Amino acid sequence: MDTIEKQREKIVAKKEVDHIVVRFSGDSGDGMQLTGMQFTDTAALYGNDLSTFPDFPSEIRAPIGTVAGVSGFQVHFGSREIFTPGDSYDVLVAMNAAALKVDLPKLRRGGIIIVNTQGFDKKNLGLAKYPPDADPLNDGSLSNYTIHAIDITKLTKECLVDSGLGTKEVERSKNMFVLGLLFWMFDKEMDHTIKFINDKFTKKPEIAEANIKVLQAGWNYGDNTEIFTTQFKIGPAKLPPGTYRNITGNQAIVVGLLAASEQSGLPLFIGSYPITPATDILHELSKYKANGVKTFQAEDEIAGIASAIGASYTGSLAVTTTSGPGMALKTEAMGLATMLEIPLLIIDVQRGGPSTGLPTKTEQSDLLMAMFGRHGEAPLPVLAASTPSDCFNTVFEACKIAVEHMTPVILLSDGYIANGSEPWRFPNAEDLGTISNSFLQKANGADEKLLPYKRNEFFVRPWIKPGTKGLEHRIGGLEKQDETGNVSYEAANHEKMTMLRAAKIRAIEDFIPPAAPDTGADHGRLLVLGWGSTYGAIKTAVKEMLAEGEDVAHLHLHHINPFPKNLGELLNNYDKVLIPEMNSGQLLQLIRAKYLVPATGLSKVQGQPFTTAEIKEKMLQLLKA
Amino acid sequence: METLTLEKPQSLTAKDFSSDMEVKWCPGCGDYSILKQVQTVFPDLGIPKENFVFISGIGCSSRFSYYMDTYGMHSIHGRAAAIASGVKAANPELSVWVVSGDGDSMSIGGNHFIHLMRKNFDINYLMFNNQIYSLTKGQYSPTSEKGKITKTSPYGSIEEPFNPSELALGAKASFVARTLDRDPKHMQGILRRAHQHRGTSFVEVYQNCPVFNDGAFFAFSDKETKKEEALQLEDGKPLVFGNDDDKGIILDGLTPVIVDLKEGGRGRDELWIHDEKDKTKANLIARFFDTAFDGHHFPRPFGVIYAEERPTYEDNMAAQIELQKEKKGKQPLQKILSGDKTWTIF
Repeated sequence: MDTIEKQREKIVAKKEVDHIVVRFSGDSGDGMQLTGMQFTDTAALYGNDLSTFPDFPSEIRAPIGTVAGVSGFQVHFGSREIFTPGDSYDVLVAMNAAALKVDLPKLRRGGIIIVNTQGFDKKNLGLAKYPPDADPLNDGSLSNYTIHAIDITKLTKECLVDSGLGTKEVERSKNMFVLGLLFWMFDKEMDHTIKFINDKFTKKPEIAEANIKVLQAGWNYGDNTEIFTTQFKIGPAKLPPGTYRNITGNQAIVVGLLAASEQSGLPLFIGSYPITPATDILHELSKYKANGVKTFQAEDEIAGIASAIGASYTGSLAVTTTSGPGMALKTEAMGLATMLEIPLLIIDVQRGGPSTGLPTKTEQSDLLMAMFGRHGEAPLPVLAASTPSDCFNTVFEACKIAVEHMTPVILLSDGYIANGSEPWRFPNAEDLGTISNSFLQKANGADEKLLPYKRNEFFVRPWIKPGTKGLEHRIGGLEKQDETGNVSYEAANHEKMTMLRAAKIRAIEDFIPPAAPDTGADHGRLLVLGWGSTYGAIKTAVKEMLAEGEDVAHLHLHHINPFPKNLGELLNNYDKVLIPEMNSGQLLQLIRAKYLVPATGLSKVQGQPFTTAEIKEKMLQLLKA
Repeated sequence: METLTLEKPQSLTAKDFSSDMEVKWCPGCGDYSILKQVQTVFPDLGIPKENFVFISGIGCSSRFSYYMDTYGMHSIHGRAAAIASGVKAANPELSVWVVSGDGDSMSIGGNHFIHLMRKNFDINYLMFNNQIYSLTKGQYSPTSEKGKITKTSPYGSIEEPFNPSELALGAKASFVARTLDRDPKHMQGILRRAHQHRGTSFVEVYQNCPVFNDGAFFAFSDKETKKEEALQLEDGKPLVFGNDDDKGIILDGLTPVIVDLKEGGRGRDELWIHDEKDKTKANLIARFFDTAFDGHHFPRPFGVIYAEERPTYEDNMAAQIELQKEKKGKQPLQKILSGDKTWTIF
């Protein structure tokens, strides 16, 4: 009887690195998003800094095995500060031939490929449109990479041979094998994922058990087989002390709205129609019924904003969320809210356009629509969030401006930061600012007369709730007489009111922080001016260039209307200004028009965020010129 | 001696509901009568004046909100129902009234209209139907009869009109009624009923446009024709009409049949008794519209066609919020900020 355990002969090298990018890629049904998120949570809880980029098709289940159905999740994690999901990746997990085909171009030379060989049979190669007789795993075309070809499907099946589960359920667990293997490769604990699986399948313990078994098998496969000889060690990042959580942009918007409701004492109402990539905000808020949140899934985009206008009229903190096509439908109602001068938050999570465009891909092409997309002259404050966690600050500030300045406010996010995540050192509730609201209780004019459009020194009119005794009055979309709010067609009054509405928005510049460079000095040879989700790529590029001794700086705009007061002055402190945007130059137009500076644009309209390299290349070009 | 007195309910008059805005409808417009009936009925409803809210869309009808000395919003074309939904959801204490026209409700606002009926907010929806676009000076509307000659249909409209009560019932309205501008007493009664009904009350008001569609409904109010052309519905009463109450309606299976009550045959004891709660029969009554049922001409029904008590949207919303408050309790803000999974860096 052999009682001696087999001695472990394998020698594993532990390699310390300070950051790694992993791309999980597979068919839409392969569970790559879940695998990526589990890996991310584990890295986050361990203390890595990170940035993620879920990149998936708009079809829920495109034909299996095709290029159209490839769903990817990219995570960049490290022991140093991380600002982007990474220009290229170090490790690519490809569950089938289509995934390899789509994602190979951005794998670093010398990078590691892990493939599921069953996804590379003749049928899958054909579906991925490889030429007949192609054999990418064996024909030498991947010789620049380290390739681990594993029959993950078979190993998963063997592991669950006695589980009593059906073929479908067994095959569905194969992503856990990958996850287990990756946990081994990066020396991560599996506790968090095991708990997640147990929580998720409380009512189906046999499924939970199977998933955990496969997860463990993946880990063991890395640990035991000879083919894996290196484990990577990425220590915790030296982030500022504090307590952190991982958060996506859409989640941060939800938390921000709940915080704004609490800090203003106003009940929260959201009127929205589902649209990618904004829908998660409505999903999440719908769970907060116990906090009194009223969520209204409207019959269309117009009813979304219209119901929010109704709720705001009665004294709620009212929000509508959408993306480009919905934004277009809401424009008439935005004009009404502008005329009514009531608080309202319009959140546009941008995506590729025009029309249906690229629903699941990112773009910053709604900026000019946010600025000017209403008939008549109807200026509104426009704010833009720059990172997933920054969505919290931005939405809170947007609510504050809306309520304190009695105006609709547009907040621009985009698909990249809406779905992407990063660690967030969340604030203490007691450190949050307040949002002051005051409802008019009695007539504000001479002789007990109510003047609904009488303004304070910042041109702000009072908020008057229906139900307030003695203050019955009518408002509407027709032009108002100054102060009384009565209908007026008088020529001079219309001009006066147009100017007053604009002055009210302009006056907000006194309430927003001055512009200051995020990185680099407040003068120099080249300023990179950004807005929105380009933050991470620009910051990384500018930091690297500074380290290389270049005289460059990064300024990121959070307020696009009104601009910070000192912006023009600051722009003149630099020899050159570069504006990278995921559009064909919209902020560029605004900046040139307003400040007459010869700024240069850098456009990318590919549904994909900028890489650091792209920005650096343009910076170098400008510095040399 | 000082005593504590409970504040009496406001004693209001019609004048209290009249705003200081000059009413600018055309002379002879049916809207004047509707405004008057609303202002007549409102003081008796037992609602504090400040709790009334009028939301209107765009069109002649929608200027209504400016003329009521209540809270009011004259909004944008077709969207009054959606705005009113937000008002009622956010503050169920308010008595919310929508004023809209046939174009505003059935054309540009058709989507909001059907969804409001289905959702059943406790909102009173007054649709002034003049079967014409008036504010834009005379184009056919979605309720104009086929063949209508207007500026946009010089050779006659080729479109089939909506039958509003049929549409409302199809959209699951819980209260459907019809009245007309020239019958003030009837209208007052319907307005009271609409107010009493908890749920969306759809009231179609036939309203004369003396400029662009004069006399469209005179057959239902003129002495000579009224009794032949209009069928007055009363709950629990038989369907009888005609100059000498000499005609009745019976149900032959699911087919309504007009019977002559003078000449024997099928007698009074077989008459169809109106039951506001019977949806199947309400659907049939709603179809008494021009030549329904094998081309027979039926009188147009006025009164409450259908009334059903079912929970309102805002009640369901409040109940769900209360239940979750009990089950989960309010999450403190700090807990929302931190989420479920955190880590600390020292």
